[in-house]
Amino acid sequence: MKLRLTVNGEPREIGEVGADESLLTVLRDSLGLTGTKNACEQGECGSCSVYLDGGLVCSCLVPAGQAEGADVGTVEGLAGYRDLDPVQEAFAQAGAIQCGFCTPGLVMAVHDLLRRVPDPSDGQIREALAGNLCRCTGYQKIISAVRLAAGRVNGHHGY
Amino acid sequence: MHFLQPTSWDEALEARAELPGGLPVAGGTDVMVDLNFRRCHPAALIDLGRVPGLGEVSADGGWLRIGAAATYEHLMTALRHDFPALALAARTVGSPQIRHRGTIGGNLGTASPAGDAHPPLLAAGADVEVASQSGIRRIAIADFFTGPKRNAMAPDELISAVHVPRASGPQQFAKVGTRNAMVIAVCSLALALHPDRRRVGTGIGSAGPVPLAAAEAERFLEGVLGEDGLWERPRPLGEAVRGRFADLVASAARPVDDVRGSAAYRVHALRVLAGRVLDWTWADYLAAGPRHEAPAGRGVAG
Amino acid sequence: MVTTVTERARGGVGESVVRVDAVAKATGTFEYASDLRAEPMLWGAVLRSPHPHALIRHIDVSAAAALPGVRAVLLAADVPGKRTFGLNFDDQPVLAEGIVRYHGEPVALVAAETPAIAHEATKLITVGWEPLAAVTDMEDALRPGAPQLHDFGNVLRHVHIIHGDPDSAEADVWVDGYYETGMQDQAALGPEAGLAIPAPDGGIELFVASQWLHVDREQIAPCLNLPADKVRITLAGIGGAFGAREDIHMQIHACLLALRTGRPVKMSFGREESFLGHVHRHPSRIWLRHGATRDGRLVTVDARLLFDGGAYTSSSPAVLGNAGTFAAGPYEVPNVRIEGTLVFTNNPPCGAMRGFGAPQVCFAHEAQMDKLAAALHVDPVELRLRHALRTGSVLPTGQVLTGAAPVRELIERCVRAPMPSLQPARGRDQLDYPGTTGNVTRGEGIRVGIGYAVGFKNTAFSEGFDDAATARVTLSRGADGVVAEIRTAAVEMGQGLTTVLTQIARTELGVGQVVLRTADTSMGNAGSTSASRQSMMAGGAVQMACHQIRDRLAERARGRFTGNGQPLPDPVELRDGALVAGGEWVADVTDLLDEPAAETAVYHHRPTTGFDDAGQGDIHVTFTFAAHRAVVEVDTELGIARVLQVVAAIDAGKVLNPLGFEGQIEGGTAQGLGFALMEELLTENGVVRNPSFTDYLIPTFLDMPPVLTEAVEEPDPGVPYGLKGIGEAPTISSTAAVVAALRDATGRELNRAPVTPDDLAGLRPPRPTAGPPPVPDVPGQWPVAYYHQQVSTQQQLM
Repeated sequence: MKLRLTVNGEPREIGEVGADESLLTVLRDSLGLTGTKNACEQGECGSCSVYLDGGLVCSCLVPAGQAEGADVGTVEGLAGYRDLDPVQEAFAQAGAIQCGFCTPGLVMAVHDLLRRVPDPSDGQIREALAGNLCRCTGYQKIISAVRLAAGRVNGHHGY
Repeated sequence: MHFLQPTSWDEALEARAELPGGLPVAGGTDVMVDLNFRRCHPAALIDLGRVPGLGEVSADGGWLRIGAAATYEHLMTALRHDFPALALAARTVGSPQIRHRGTIGGNLGTASPAGDAHPPLLAAGADVEVASQSGIRRIAIADFFTGPKRNAMAPDELISAVHVPRASGPQQFAKVGTRNAMVIAVCSLALALHPDRRRVGTGIGSAGPVPLAAAEAERFLEGVLGEDGLWERPRPLGEAVRGRFADLVASAARPVDDVRGSAAYRVHALRVLAGRVLDWTWADYLAAGPRHEAPAGRGVAG
Repeated sequence: MVTTVTERARGGVGESVVRVDAVAKATGTFEYASDLRAEPMLWGAVLRSPHPHALIRHIDVSAAAALPGVRAVLLAADVPGKRTFGLNFDDQPVLAEGIVRYHGEPVALVAAETPAIAHEATKLITVGWEPLAAVTDMEDALRPGAPQLHDFGNVLRHVHIIHGDPDSAEADVWVDGYYETGMQDQAALGPEAGLAIPAPDGGIELFVASQWLHVDREQIAPCLNLPADKVRITLAGIGGAFGAREDIHMQIHACLLALRTGRPVKMSFGREESFLGHVHRHPSRIWLRHGATRDGRLVTVDARLLFDGGAYTSSSPAVLGNAGTFAAGPYEVPNVRIEGTLVFTNNPPCGAMRGFGAPQVCFAHEAQMDKLAAALHVDPVELRLRHALRTGSVLPTGQVLTGAAPVRELIERCVRAPMPSLQPARGRDQLDYPGTTGNVTRGEGIRVGIGYAVGFKNTAFSEGFDDAATARVTLSRGADGVVAEIRTAAVEMGQGLTTVLTQIARTELGVGQVVLRTADTSMGNAGSTSASRQSMMAGGAVQMACHQIRDRLAERARGRFTGNGQPLPDPVELRDGALVAGGEWVADVTDLLDEPAAETAVYHHRPTTGFDDAGQGDIHVTFTFAAHRAVVEVDTELGIARVLQVVAAIDAGKVLNPLGFEGQIEGGTAQGLGFALMEELLTENGVVRNPSFTDYLIPTFLDMPPVLTEAVEEPDPGVPYGLKGIGEAPTISSTAAVVAALRDATGRELNRAPVTPDDLAGLRPPRPTAGPPPVPDVPGQWPVAYYHQQVSTQQQLM
């Protein structure tokens, strides 16, 4: 089937997509946007997190056809015209990145959290990010990155 | 494989009738796992995401109508007052990403004994409304689950909504897992007091081939509350009642050993949880009498 | 005019420099092995055995080969060269030939136009299986009459260590213990992946996530029947490793398919295949007997270890050797006997995982120390302080601790660290209870527990292995000033090595701009990125090369600027873009770079020896010590726990990058916590039952508490900056500390890791034992295969 959708603000059209494919494989294999990662393909790790019509989802669990006409946001589009989104900058500066495989999904999840809850408590951070697994960091520096970003973002997100 | 996107409920029913091998999908959080792992090859996917109004939650007198496509994210907040057990259960499902997409209709369609929505539906005495081109019917939740991942629907039917009486008394839901988040329940328990009907409802998850009600425990507690006039003039229940109730809940379970837990642990955990959720619901009832809202997620000194 | 230079280039050793790859990773532009593409690419898939032990009577690939889109189907007979490989011994088939020995063993390969077609094709391959009785219990592997899984039987190695006179040791108090640990998995988020591209010269270009490019090449080339220089390997981005990328995973397979089809072949494992397709942590059974005098002095430790190596050798012999040397714990004990056995079974193959045998024995010896303390009526911390190793102590192998050994300090840091504030049992926010949003408790039955544990680990390879590391550094005039380029095959897998190497170059060369080339096999062998060794080894090589450059520039300066032929006064240094001698400015570095200055250095650590017949020898290069304190809360009725805080005190020598160091300690502690409470790859009759993140549980944001990291920086002599390798240190004693805290909270014996709710709730008693198995009869201390004329692959390489 054909697929037309908007990705990071740009209209994209894909000529042939299998009905059994997911939004994740469309992004990675059809559109070459490999920033979004595949680590479990069953929604257990959050590495594939993207925005779908303004809500944070696991793209591995979205049937490709459901993205027809949708507005999708990925890590590649987060910074817009800037070099880095404040969340990305905070991750880098706080030492919240090691192997980095979980980083795109987490950056999206943190971006989503901060636009809804500009000054989250420790509990709110942990519950909001509980769907994103990280094997390298033990999570502590990621929480530091969230606080660092929260202090800078002032509740405004350009996305 | 086809991908069908009906834009009305009638179109959806038509697609369902014409393609018996078609798989309905809403949030995709169950269906896509099987597809990603190539465990199934349906003739088509029937996307319910464009059917207007399928996710609405509305009240009709003493009843709630929960649209099949209502997401856990929505239910967490929308049901705090009218169906607290399901609001609590919704918060335990997966992750924020999953809760944004997963639906109550999907839970019922998959009919897993571990489905988090099922115990609250049992405890509340819900009806599942299913539709086909031939019409609409309601299936009592107690009759809905026919086996592990099997339900009482016909091949040409879709779930349209769940009907449940609005809470008239305190409700609780508790789910045990081996870690603190993102777990498929090792076991779970819902308890609802229905003072308007002088009834007690329970639901047990992940401790049998299907979600189960602890019928003997329900009758026992109803007997105690009814005979001693405790619905009207509530007072503390005492250790003997608590213990008996807990034992009866535990004995209703039919668990097996599996990778997530042992049968012995499931029975033990249910006994512990039963005593606790009874403590909490009864404490709420003592404090406020009938039609009390159990605040979701806050500890109450008991 | 003479200028005294006091400024140092920023971003050097000891600073919290931001990772060199942080921006690429944060923006999703960093390329992992699973992101690679090269048209006209094919996708490879593997048919794996569903049986743990079976004969292959016949295989029919005709239906698979006929499927449209399939470009190759390969079996063992299609392997053009050597048909086996392995890190220590080449006992592992590229593709199974006639027999499979574990669930998941590769049997056939397919290359196809899409992943779906490749996967579909594997399902069309029909195999005539004849299941065999599987050996799945490590004690059964030792029983007479057990099926023999390899030519020389089921014993892979036995190590025997005798120190002092254990037979005559007299003690007043004896404590016996039996302990078990399960199969932990590395569970790196980035799955195995790689891309093989056939080259015009008949060779192959391989891009792969691997921990040691050169040892990969050593194993791959003979199988492809190619000379080593026709197999060119480049490091692709790695999404975590923790030991799982030391063994060959898809490398040979992808190369075979690429050479057969003449097209690039990509292979990328899904999560389930990843669990089946790499080695795991060895399950263990450990019997310990500690004897002490009435007044609380340890007299003797007797240890019997049994490790389950699974179906093939991998790096298991070294794991067992390691475990043996650490089995008595970081304590002074005058008499020690250690008998350690490693067996083959039809369980999934085990090999390297962060800690490499030490976490298992630490779990056991720390439980024993607590038991002994109770029997002696001594405080458990006091007992550890009393016996703690120190510089000059003699280990059970006779090796003298010549390096830093601040064990007492580590323990004291844990004791002194602030306790977490403890909330009252009632009235909390739900997230602050065990079970969090599961809503299972409001404080009923909650008890707090505190536990301590101490352990140690070696750095670099042992038992006589000379694992050197090579680096080449080039200093030149770039468009924006002086720039240093580092070329090393040392692998960055997330731990922060590349950043540290740039810091070393900045410190040694006094320049700000440092670039790193991607690691590949055109560079000299840097050895494995494992054993916590690369900061020392690759770092040492970079430092050495920088010193050679400094000396080269000093020669140029002497020739050009000082005229009188006298050597420059000491110390000669490169600082902030200048050559400085005796504290005085001599020349700007840029003026000495009419030609670049390039130096290659090979860094060797000090020599080690193997075990003699009594298990004595200078087995290890150097040691890193660690201590943990854990505070937990347990819902004792439900048997679920919540860890409130972990303190990790690490013997760091010199912290090269504080932010990176803390990240490694916090992450390693998380893996230790997981091993204590939730992580186990479960097998039933050899079949893996939970190869997914749904049922192999690793800690989430709601499981990990704050980790307080304490670094004790007592420099280790004779190594660059006095540093110690710290990558594994946080996994050594973290599990033992968490379980000690769980015991403190529940009063239960808890002799197995991971601990389950059944254990905590008292539904399951401590695991029983009929006693240790008899010591097997082996030709000597080396792996048994060695005595059967099989030579170690790694030994050949070095």
